[in-house]
Amino acid sequence: MKKVSRSHPLWFAYCLHRASGLALVIFLPVHFWVLSLALNRQAQLDSLLRFTDHPLVKCAEFGLVFLLAVHCFGGLRLLALEWLPWSSQQKTFAAIAVAGAFLVSTLFLLQAL
Amino acid sequence: MLNITLYLLQRVSAAMMVPFVLVHLVVMIIAVNGGLTATEILSRTQGSLVWMLFYGGFVIAVSIHAAIGVRVIAYEWFGLNGRWLSVFTWTVGALLLFTGLQAVHAVTATPL
Amino acid sequence: MPDTSELTVTIQRGDQHDQHMDTFTVPAFSNQTVLDVVSWIQQNEDPTLTYRFACRVGMCGSCAMMVNGVPRWTCRTHVKNALKGQYLEIAPLRNLPVIKDLVTDMDPFFDKWIDAEGHHHASLTRNDEFAAITPTNPKRMTANEGIECINCAVCYSACDTVKNNAEYLGPAALQRAWTLLNDDRDEQDETIIDAVSGSSGCHNCHSMGSCTVYCPNELDPMSAIAGLKRETTKRALRRRR
Repeated sequence: MKKVSRSHPLWFAYCLHRASGLALVIFLPVHFWVLSLALNRQAQLDSLLRFTDHPLVKCAEFGLVFLLAVHCFGGLRLLALEWLPWSSQQKTFAAIAVAGAFLVSTLFLLQAL
Repeated sequence: MLNITLYLLQRVSAAMMVPFVLVHLVVMIIAVNGGLTATEILSRTQGSLVWMLFYGGFVIAVSIHAAIGVRVIAYEWFGLNGRWLSVFTWTVGALLLFTGLQAVHAVTATPL
Repeated sequence: MPDTSELTVTIQRGDQHDQHMDTFTVPAFSNQTVLDVVSWIQQNEDPTLTYRFACRVGMCGSCAMMVNGVPRWTCRTHVKNALKGQYLEIAPLRNLPVIKDLVTDMDPFFDKWIDAEGHHHASLTRNDEFAAITPTNPKRMTANEGIECINCAVCYSACDTVKNNAEYLGPAALQRAWTLLNDDRDEQDETIIDAVSGSSGCHNCHSMGSCTVYCPNELDPMSAIAGLKRETTKRALRRRR
Protein backbone atom coordinates (compact mmCIF):
# COMPACT_ATOMS: atom_id res chain seq x y z
CA MET A 1 0.00 0.00 0.00
CA LYS A 2 1.59 3.24 -1.09
CA LYS A 3 1.30 6.03 1.42
CA VAL A 4 1.92 9.68 0.78
CA SER A 5 3.34 11.77 3.58
CA ARG A 6 0.53 14.11 4.31
CA SER A 7 1.49 15.88 7.48
CA HIS A 8 0.71 19.40 6.38
CA PRO A 9 -1.94 21.73 7.82
CA LEU A 10 -4.24 21.94 4.81
CA TRP A 11 -4.48 18.16 4.65
CA PHE A 12 -5.43 17.96 8.32
CA ALA A 13 -8.01 20.67 7.70
CA TYR A 14 -9.46 18.57 4.86
CA CYS A 15 -9.65 15.50 7.12
CA LEU A 16 -11.24 17.41 9.96
CA HIS A 17 -13.78 19.01 7.66
CA ARG A 18 -14.78 15.66 6.19
CA ALA A 19 -14.88 13.86 9.55
CA SER A 20 -16.93 16.60 11.22
CA GLY A 21 -19.37 16.70 8.31
CA LEU A 22 -19.83 12.94 8.40
CA ALA A 23 -20.35 12.92 12.16
CA LEU A 24 -22.92 15.71 11.89
CA VAL A 25 -24.88 14.01 9.12
CA ILE A 26 -25.08 10.85 11.23
CA PHE A 27 -26.18 12.83 14.30
CA LEU A 28 -28.82 14.93 12.57
CA PRO A 29 -31.58 12.34 11.97
CA VAL A 30 -31.34 11.34 15.64
CA HIS A 31 -31.60 14.99 16.63
CA PHE A 32 -34.63 15.51 14.38
CA TRP A 33 -36.36 12.40 15.68
CA VAL A 34 -35.92 13.43 19.32
CA LEU A 35 -37.34 16.87 18.59
CA SER A 36 -40.32 15.40 16.73
CA LEU A 37 -41.38 13.76 20.00
CA ALA A 38 -42.45 17.25 21.12
CA LEU A 39 -45.68 16.95 19.19
CA ASN A 40 -47.39 13.98 20.77
CA ARG A 41 -44.94 12.36 23.14
CA GLN A 42 -43.73 15.11 25.40
CA ALA A 43 -43.25 12.78 28.32
CA GLN A 44 -40.81 10.71 26.28
CA LEU A 45 -39.05 13.89 25.16
CA ASP A 46 -38.75 15.04 28.76
CA SER A 47 -37.26 11.75 29.89
CA LEU A 48 -34.74 11.90 27.02
CA LEU A 49 -33.88 15.47 27.95
CA ARG A 50 -33.31 14.43 31.55
CA PHE A 51 -31.00 11.74 30.20
CA THR A 52 -28.95 14.47 28.56
CA ASP A 53 -28.20 15.96 31.97
CA HIS A 54 -25.74 13.13 32.52
CA PRO A 55 -22.15 14.46 32.45
CA LEU A 56 -21.05 12.02 29.78
CA VAL A 57 -23.84 13.22 27.53
CA LYS A 58 -22.82 16.80 28.26
CA CYS A 59 -19.33 15.88 27.08
CA ALA A 60 -20.76 14.38 23.92
CA GLU A 61 -22.81 17.54 23.38
CA PHE A 62 -19.71 19.65 23.76
CA GLY A 63 -18.11 17.39 21.16
CA LEU A 64 -21.00 18.02 18.79
CA VAL A 65 -20.84 21.78 19.31
CA PHE A 66 -17.13 21.61 18.58
CA LEU A 67 -17.69 19.58 15.41
CA LEU A 68 -20.32 22.05 14.23
CA ALA A 69 -18.05 25.01 14.93
CA VAL A 70 -15.08 23.34 13.28
CA HIS A 71 -17.10 22.40 10.22
CA CYS A 72 -18.61 25.88 9.95
CA PHE A 73 -15.32 27.74 10.34
CA GLY A 74 -13.49 25.23 8.17
CA GLY A 75 -16.10 25.91 5.54
CA LEU A 76 -15.60 29.65 5.88
CA ARG A 77 -11.88 29.04 5.47
CA LEU A 78 -12.60 27.19 2.21
CA LEU A 79 -14.85 29.98 0.94
CA ALA A 80 -12.12 32.51 1.79
CA LEU A 81 -9.46 30.38 0.11
CA GLU A 82 -11.50 30.14 -3.07
CA TRP A 83 -12.83 33.67 -3.20
CA LEU A 84 -10.52 36.06 -1.33
CA PRO A 85 -7.03 37.10 -2.41
CA TRP A 86 -5.31 36.03 0.83
CA SER A 87 -2.46 33.58 1.01
CA SER A 88 -3.49 30.11 2.07
CA GLN A 89 -1.34 30.19 5.18
CA GLN A 90 -2.96 33.39 6.35
CA LYS A 91 -6.38 31.92 5.87
CA THR A 92 -5.58 28.76 7.81
CA PHE A 93 -4.29 30.79 10.71
CA ALA A 94 -7.29 33.05 10.52
CA ALA A 95 -9.65 30.10 10.69
CA ILE A 96 -7.76 28.55 13.57
CA ALA A 97 -7.84 31.84 15.42
CA VAL A 98 -11.53 32.34 14.88
CA ALA A 99 -12.41 28.76 15.76
CA GLY A 100 -10.26 28.93 18.84
CA ALA A 101 -11.84 32.19 19.89
CA PHE A 102 -15.26 30.78 19.32
CA LEU A 103 -14.46 27.73 21.42
CA VAL A 104 -13.10 29.77 24.27
CA SER A 105 -16.04 32.12 24.25
CA THR A 106 -18.50 29.24 24.11
CA LEU A 107 -16.89 27.57 27.07
CA PHE A 108 -16.98 30.85 28.91
CA LEU A 109 -20.61 31.37 28.10
CA LEU A 110 -21.53 27.87 29.19
CA GLN A 111 -19.74 28.44 32.47
CA ALA A 112 -21.26 31.83 33.00
CA LEU A 113 -24.82 30.82 32.44
CA MET B 1 -18.17 13.91 -9.96
CA LEU B 2 -19.05 17.30 -8.63
CA ASN B 3 -19.89 19.59 -11.50
CA ILE B 4 -20.55 23.33 -11.43
CA THR B 5 -24.21 22.92 -10.48
CA LEU B 6 -23.60 20.64 -7.50
CA TYR B 7 -20.65 22.82 -6.47
CA LEU B 8 -22.82 25.95 -6.49
CA LEU B 9 -25.62 24.25 -4.55
CA GLN B 10 -23.08 23.10 -1.99
CA ARG B 11 -21.45 26.50 -1.57
CA VAL B 12 -24.68 28.52 -1.58
CA SER B 13 -26.37 26.24 0.98
CA ALA B 14 -23.20 26.50 3.08
CA ALA B 15 -23.18 30.30 2.96
CA MET B 16 -26.91 30.36 3.82
CA MET B 17 -26.27 28.24 6.88
CA VAL B 18 -23.62 30.43 8.50
CA PRO B 19 -26.16 32.74 10.17
CA PHE B 20 -28.44 29.78 10.91
CA VAL B 21 -25.65 27.92 12.68
CA LEU B 22 -24.50 30.92 14.69
CA VAL B 23 -28.01 31.77 15.88
CA HIS B 24 -28.73 28.11 16.66
CA LEU B 25 -25.57 27.85 18.75
CA VAL B 26 -26.44 30.96 20.74
CA VAL B 27 -30.04 29.78 21.29
CA MET B 28 -28.77 26.37 22.38
CA ILE B 29 -26.36 27.80 24.89
CA ILE B 30 -29.04 30.01 26.39
CA ALA B 31 -31.65 27.25 26.39
CA VAL B 32 -29.41 24.66 27.98
CA ASN B 33 -28.86 26.89 31.01
CA GLY B 34 -30.59 25.43 34.04
CA GLY B 35 -31.61 22.22 32.34
CA LEU B 36 -33.77 21.52 29.37
CA THR B 37 -37.41 20.46 29.37
CA ALA B 38 -39.96 19.95 26.64
CA THR B 39 -42.19 22.66 28.09
CA GLU B 40 -39.33 25.14 28.10
CA ILE B 41 -38.49 24.49 24.45
CA LEU B 42 -42.09 24.60 23.35
CA SER B 43 -42.87 27.78 25.26
CA ARG B 44 -40.34 29.46 23.03
CA THR B 45 -41.11 27.88 19.71
CA GLN B 46 -44.72 26.76 19.72
CA GLY B 47 -46.95 28.74 17.42
CA SER B 48 -44.06 30.90 16.28
CA LEU B 49 -43.93 31.72 12.60
CA VAL B 50 -40.45 33.16 12.96
CA TRP B 51 -38.99 29.98 14.40
CA MET B 52 -40.82 27.91 11.82
CA LEU B 53 -39.32 29.91 8.97
CA PHE B 54 -35.91 29.97 10.63
CA TYR B 55 -35.67 26.26 11.29
CA GLY B 56 -37.53 25.37 8.12
CA GLY B 57 -34.96 27.25 6.08
CA PHE B 58 -32.17 25.68 8.10
CA VAL B 59 -33.51 22.18 7.42
CA ILE B 60 -33.83 22.79 3.68
CA ALA B 61 -30.29 24.15 3.45
CA VAL B 62 -28.80 21.33 5.51
CA SER B 63 -30.63 18.68 3.48
CA ILE B 64 -29.04 19.99 0.27
CA HIS B 65 -25.62 20.55 1.77
CA ALA B 66 -25.35 17.24 3.62
CA ALA B 67 -26.72 15.19 0.72
CA ILE B 68 -24.07 16.57 -1.64
CA GLY B 69 -21.42 16.14 1.05
CA VAL B 70 -22.17 12.47 1.59
CA ARG B 71 -22.41 12.03 -2.17
CA VAL B 72 -18.75 12.96 -2.42
CA ILE B 73 -17.83 10.62 0.43
CA ALA B 74 -19.86 7.74 -1.04
CA TYR B 75 -18.06 8.17 -4.35
CA GLU B 76 -14.53 8.78 -3.11
CA TRP B 77 -14.39 6.34 -0.23
CA PHE B 78 -16.92 3.69 -1.19
CA GLY B 79 -16.80 3.80 -4.98
CA LEU B 80 -20.54 4.25 -5.38
CA ASN B 81 -21.24 5.52 -8.87
CA GLY B 82 -23.77 6.11 -11.63
CA ARG B 83 -27.44 5.69 -10.89
CA TRP B 84 -26.93 4.27 -7.40
CA LEU B 85 -24.92 7.31 -6.42
CA SER B 86 -27.82 9.55 -7.45
CA VAL B 87 -30.31 7.32 -5.65
CA PHE B 88 -28.17 7.49 -2.52
CA THR B 89 -27.82 11.27 -2.71
CA TRP B 90 -31.54 11.88 -3.16
CA THR B 91 -32.38 9.40 -0.39
CA VAL B 92 -30.12 11.13 2.12
CA GLY B 93 -31.51 14.51 1.11
CA ALA B 94 -35.10 13.33 1.35
CA LEU B 95 -34.52 11.64 4.70
CA LEU B 96 -33.02 14.78 6.21
CA LEU B 97 -35.71 16.98 4.71
CA PHE B 98 -38.56 14.78 5.90
CA THR B 99 -37.32 14.17 9.44
CA GLY B 100 -36.18 17.77 9.71
CA LEU B 101 -39.44 19.31 8.62
CA GLN B 102 -41.28 16.88 10.89
CA ALA B 103 -39.19 18.15 13.81
CA VAL B 104 -39.82 21.77 12.82
CA HIS B 105 -43.53 21.06 12.72
CA ALA B 106 -43.38 19.30 16.07
CA VAL B 107 -41.85 22.25 17.88
CA THR B 108 -43.56 25.11 16.08
CA ALA B 109 -47.05 23.86 15.41
CA THR B 110 -49.74 25.87 17.12
CA PRO B 111 -51.15 23.85 20.00
CA LEU B 112 -54.68 22.65 19.40
CA MET C 1 23.81 2.52 16.37
CA PRO C 2 22.87 2.50 12.66
CA ASP C 3 25.72 1.85 10.28
CA THR C 4 26.03 5.17 8.47
CA SER C 5 28.28 3.79 5.77
CA GLU C 6 25.45 1.70 4.36
CA LEU C 7 21.84 2.25 3.38
CA THR C 8 19.04 -0.28 3.43
CA VAL C 9 16.97 0.41 0.34
CA THR C 10 13.64 -1.25 -0.43
CA ILE C 11 12.36 -0.92 -3.98
CA GLN C 12 8.98 -1.84 -5.41
CA ARG C 13 9.32 -4.26 -8.33
CA GLY C 14 6.94 -5.82 -10.77
CA ASP C 15 4.12 -4.40 -12.82
CA GLN C 16 0.56 -3.21 -12.39
CA HIS C 17 -0.78 -6.63 -11.47
CA ASP C 18 2.06 -8.25 -9.60
CA GLN C 19 4.18 -6.25 -7.18
CA HIS C 20 6.75 -7.13 -4.57
CA MET C 21 9.49 -5.37 -2.65
CA ASP C 22 13.23 -6.06 -3.04
CA THR C 23 15.77 -4.96 -0.47
CA PHE C 24 19.33 -3.91 -1.24
CA THR C 25 22.29 -2.76 0.82
CA VAL C 26 23.85 0.29 -0.79
CA PRO C 27 27.08 2.06 0.21
CA ALA C 28 26.46 5.55 1.54
CA PHE C 29 28.39 8.50 0.16
CA SER C 30 28.58 12.02 1.45
CA ASN C 31 26.96 13.64 -1.59
CA GLN C 32 24.37 11.18 -2.73
CA THR C 33 20.99 11.64 -4.29
CA VAL C 34 18.24 9.05 -4.41
CA LEU C 35 18.80 8.82 -8.16
CA ASP C 36 22.43 7.93 -7.43
CA VAL C 37 21.18 5.15 -5.17
CA VAL C 38 18.81 3.73 -7.77
CA SER C 39 21.51 3.93 -10.45
CA TRP C 40 24.03 2.22 -8.17
CA ILE C 41 21.63 -0.67 -7.59
CA GLN C 42 20.94 -1.07 -11.29
CA GLN C 43 24.62 -0.90 -12.20
CA ASN C 44 26.05 -3.03 -9.39
CA GLU C 45 23.35 -5.26 -7.94
CA ASP C 46 20.43 -5.83 -10.27
CA PRO C 47 20.62 -4.91 -13.94
CA THR C 48 16.96 -5.83 -14.35
CA LEU C 49 15.84 -2.81 -12.31
CA THR C 50 13.92 -0.43 -14.58
CA TYR C 51 13.67 3.30 -13.90
CA ARG C 52 13.49 6.63 -15.74
CA PHE C 53 15.79 9.62 -15.68
CA ALA C 54 17.17 12.08 -18.20
CA CYS C 55 18.76 15.40 -17.28
CA ARG C 56 19.69 14.40 -13.67
CA VAL C 57 19.92 18.12 -12.80
CA GLY C 58 16.33 18.92 -11.81
CA MET C 59 14.97 20.27 -15.08
CA CYS C 60 13.07 17.51 -16.83
CA GLY C 61 11.07 15.79 -14.09
CA SER C 62 11.63 12.30 -15.55
CA CYS C 63 13.09 10.84 -12.36
CA ALA C 64 10.04 11.50 -10.19
CA MET C 65 9.33 8.62 -7.78
CA MET C 66 7.83 7.99 -4.34
CA VAL C 67 10.64 8.27 -1.78
CA ASN C 68 9.60 7.17 1.72
CA GLY C 69 6.02 7.99 0.81
CA VAL C 70 6.72 11.40 -0.72
CA PRO C 71 6.62 12.10 -4.48
CA ARG C 72 9.88 13.82 -5.39
CA TRP C 73 12.47 14.33 -8.11
CA THR C 74 15.05 11.75 -7.11
CA CYS C 75 17.90 13.66 -8.76
CA ARG C 76 17.20 16.61 -6.47
CA THR C 77 16.61 14.60 -3.31
CA HIS C 78 19.68 14.21 -1.16
CA VAL C 79 19.65 10.87 0.59
CA LYS C 80 20.28 12.50 3.94
CA ASN C 81 17.08 14.56 3.53
CA ALA C 82 14.93 11.55 2.76
CA LEU C 83 16.36 8.84 5.01
CA LYS C 84 14.37 7.32 7.84
CA GLY C 85 17.22 6.13 10.04
CA GLN C 86 19.17 4.27 7.37
CA TYR C 87 16.09 3.16 5.40
CA LEU C 88 14.87 4.30 2.05
CA GLU C 89 11.71 3.02 0.45
CA ILE C 90 11.41 3.78 -3.24
CA ALA C 91 8.29 3.16 -5.28
CA PRO C 92 6.83 4.32 -8.59
CA LEU C 93 4.68 7.45 -8.64
CA ARG C 94 1.27 6.94 -7.06
CA ASN C 95 -2.00 7.22 -8.99
CA LEU C 96 -0.48 6.01 -12.27
CA PRO C 97 -0.43 2.49 -13.75
CA VAL C 98 2.91 0.73 -13.30
CA ILE C 99 4.65 -0.53 -16.44
CA LYS C 100 7.62 -2.07 -14.69
CA ASP C 101 9.38 -1.45 -11.37
CA LEU C 102 9.75 2.32 -11.01
CA VAL C 103 8.37 3.23 -14.43
CA THR C 104 4.76 4.37 -14.66
CA ASP C 105 2.49 4.85 -17.63
CA MET C 106 2.16 8.60 -18.05
CA ASP C 107 -0.63 8.34 -20.63
CA PRO C 108 -3.53 8.92 -18.21
CA PHE C 109 -1.78 12.06 -16.98
CA PHE C 110 -1.30 13.44 -20.49
CA ASP C 111 -4.78 12.36 -21.62
CA LYS C 112 -6.27 14.41 -18.81
CA TRP C 113 -4.10 17.36 -19.84
CA ILE C 114 -5.83 17.27 -23.23
CA ASP C 115 -9.25 16.63 -21.69
CA ALA C 116 -8.82 19.82 -19.67
CA GLU C 117 -8.17 21.66 -22.95
CA GLY C 118 -4.62 22.31 -21.80
CA HIS C 119 -3.44 23.20 -25.26
CA HIS C 120 -3.40 26.41 -27.22
CA HIS C 121 -6.54 27.44 -29.08
CA ALA C 122 -5.75 29.92 -31.80
CA SER C 123 -7.88 31.57 -34.43
CA LEU C 124 -5.75 34.47 -35.61
CA THR C 125 -3.90 34.20 -38.91
CA ARG C 126 -0.64 35.78 -40.02
CA ASN C 127 -2.71 38.57 -41.54
CA ASP C 128 -4.25 39.62 -38.23
CA GLU C 129 -2.75 41.91 -35.64
CA PHE C 130 -1.19 39.90 -32.82
CA ALA C 131 -2.57 40.28 -29.31
CA ALA C 132 -0.54 42.97 -27.56
CA ILE C 133 0.14 41.78 -24.04
CA THR C 134 2.33 43.66 -21.60
CA PRO C 135 4.27 41.73 -18.95
CA THR C 136 2.59 43.74 -16.19
CA ASN C 137 -0.92 42.91 -17.37
CA PRO C 138 -2.60 41.25 -14.33
CA LYS C 139 -3.95 38.32 -16.32
CA ARG C 140 -0.52 37.75 -17.85
CA MET C 141 1.06 37.79 -14.41
CA THR C 142 -1.52 35.27 -13.18
CA ALA C 143 -0.79 33.04 -16.16
CA ASN C 144 2.97 33.35 -15.58
CA GLU C 145 2.60 31.83 -12.13
CA GLY C 146 1.68 28.49 -13.62
CA ILE C 147 3.52 28.20 -16.92
CA GLU C 148 6.69 26.59 -15.58
CA CYS C 149 5.01 23.25 -15.13
CA ILE C 150 7.10 20.49 -16.71
CA ASN C 151 4.50 17.74 -16.42
CA CYS C 152 6.44 15.67 -13.92
CA ALA C 153 3.23 14.35 -12.27
CA VAL C 154 4.47 14.86 -8.71
CA CYS C 155 1.35 16.90 -7.90
CA TYR C 156 -0.86 14.29 -9.55
CA SER C 157 0.72 11.63 -7.35
CA ALA C 158 0.44 13.68 -4.20
CA CYS C 159 -3.26 14.40 -4.63
CA ASP C 160 -5.65 12.24 -2.56
CA THR C 161 -8.59 13.37 -4.66
CA VAL C 162 -6.88 11.94 -7.76
CA LYS C 163 -6.46 8.73 -5.81
CA ASN C 164 -10.12 8.56 -4.78
CA ASN C 165 -11.65 9.92 -7.97
CA ALA C 166 -10.44 8.15 -11.10
CA GLU C 167 -11.92 10.64 -13.54
CA TYR C 168 -10.68 13.80 -11.77
CA LEU C 169 -8.50 15.77 -14.19
CA GLY C 170 -5.90 16.57 -11.53
CA PRO C 171 -3.90 19.59 -10.44
CA ALA C 172 -1.43 19.82 -13.34
CA ALA C 173 -4.01 19.69 -16.11
CA LEU C 174 -6.26 22.17 -14.33
CA GLN C 175 -3.40 24.56 -13.64
CA ARG C 176 -2.53 24.56 -17.33
CA ALA C 177 -6.20 25.23 -18.19
CA TRP C 178 -6.08 28.21 -15.81
CA THR C 179 -2.95 29.63 -17.44
CA LEU C 180 -4.56 29.38 -20.87
CA LEU C 181 -7.75 30.98 -19.61
CA ASN C 182 -5.65 33.96 -18.55
CA ASP C 183 -3.72 34.00 -21.80
CA ASP C 184 -5.20 36.60 -24.11
CA ARG C 185 -3.70 34.83 -27.09
CA ASP C 186 -5.93 31.81 -26.40
CA GLU C 187 -9.21 32.37 -28.14
CA GLN C 188 -11.50 29.73 -26.70
CA ASP C 189 -12.32 30.59 -23.11
CA GLU C 190 -15.71 28.88 -23.27
CA THR C 191 -14.15 25.61 -24.43
CA ILE C 192 -11.79 25.60 -21.48
CA ILE C 193 -14.54 26.57 -19.03
CA ASP C 194 -16.76 23.75 -20.27
CA ALA C 195 -13.92 21.25 -20.02
CA VAL C 196 -13.22 22.09 -16.38
CA SER C 197 -16.87 22.40 -15.29
CA GLY C 198 -17.87 18.83 -15.87
CA SER C 199 -18.02 15.97 -13.43
CA SER C 200 -14.26 15.42 -13.71
CA GLY C 201 -13.41 19.09 -13.35
CA CYS C 202 -12.11 21.64 -10.92
CA HIS C 203 -15.06 21.41 -8.52
CA ASN C 204 -13.84 18.07 -7.21
CA CYS C 205 -10.82 19.73 -5.63
CA HIS C 206 -10.99 19.71 -1.84
CA SER C 207 -8.12 22.19 -1.43
CA MET C 208 -6.03 19.83 0.62
CA GLY C 209 -3.03 21.48 -0.98
CA SER C 210 -0.67 18.52 -1.36
CA CYS C 211 -0.07 19.60 -4.95
CA THR C 212 1.28 22.97 -3.87
CA VAL C 213 3.24 21.51 -0.95
CA TYR C 214 5.05 18.98 -3.14
CA CYS C 215 5.52 20.79 -6.46
CA PRO C 216 9.31 20.80 -7.07
CA ASN C 217 8.99 23.94 -9.16
CA GLU C 218 7.17 25.70 -6.31
CA LEU C 219 4.04 26.25 -8.36
CA ASP C 220 0.60 26.56 -6.80
CA PRO C 221 -1.97 24.39 -8.58
CA MET C 222 -4.39 24.69 -5.66
CA SER C 223 -4.73 28.44 -6.17
CA ALA C 224 -5.03 27.94 -9.92
CA ILE C 225 -7.92 25.55 -9.30
CA ALA C 226 -9.50 28.08 -6.91
CA GLY C 227 -9.25 30.57 -9.77
CA LEU C 228 -11.05 28.14 -12.05
CA LYS C 229 -13.80 27.72 -9.44
CA ARG C 230 -14.24 31.50 -9.29
CA GLU C 231 -14.29 31.87 -13.04
CA THR C 232 -16.69 28.99 -13.68
CA THR C 233 -19.04 30.30 -10.97
CA LYS C 234 -19.02 33.85 -12.34
CA ARG C 235 -19.81 32.63 -15.83
CA ALA C 236 -22.51 30.24 -14.64
CA LEU C 237 -24.20 33.03 -12.69
CA ARG C 238 -23.91 35.40 -15.64
CA ARG C 239 -25.57 32.87 -17.91
CA ARG C 240 -28.48 32.50 -15.56
CA ARG C 241 -29.27 36.17 -15.57
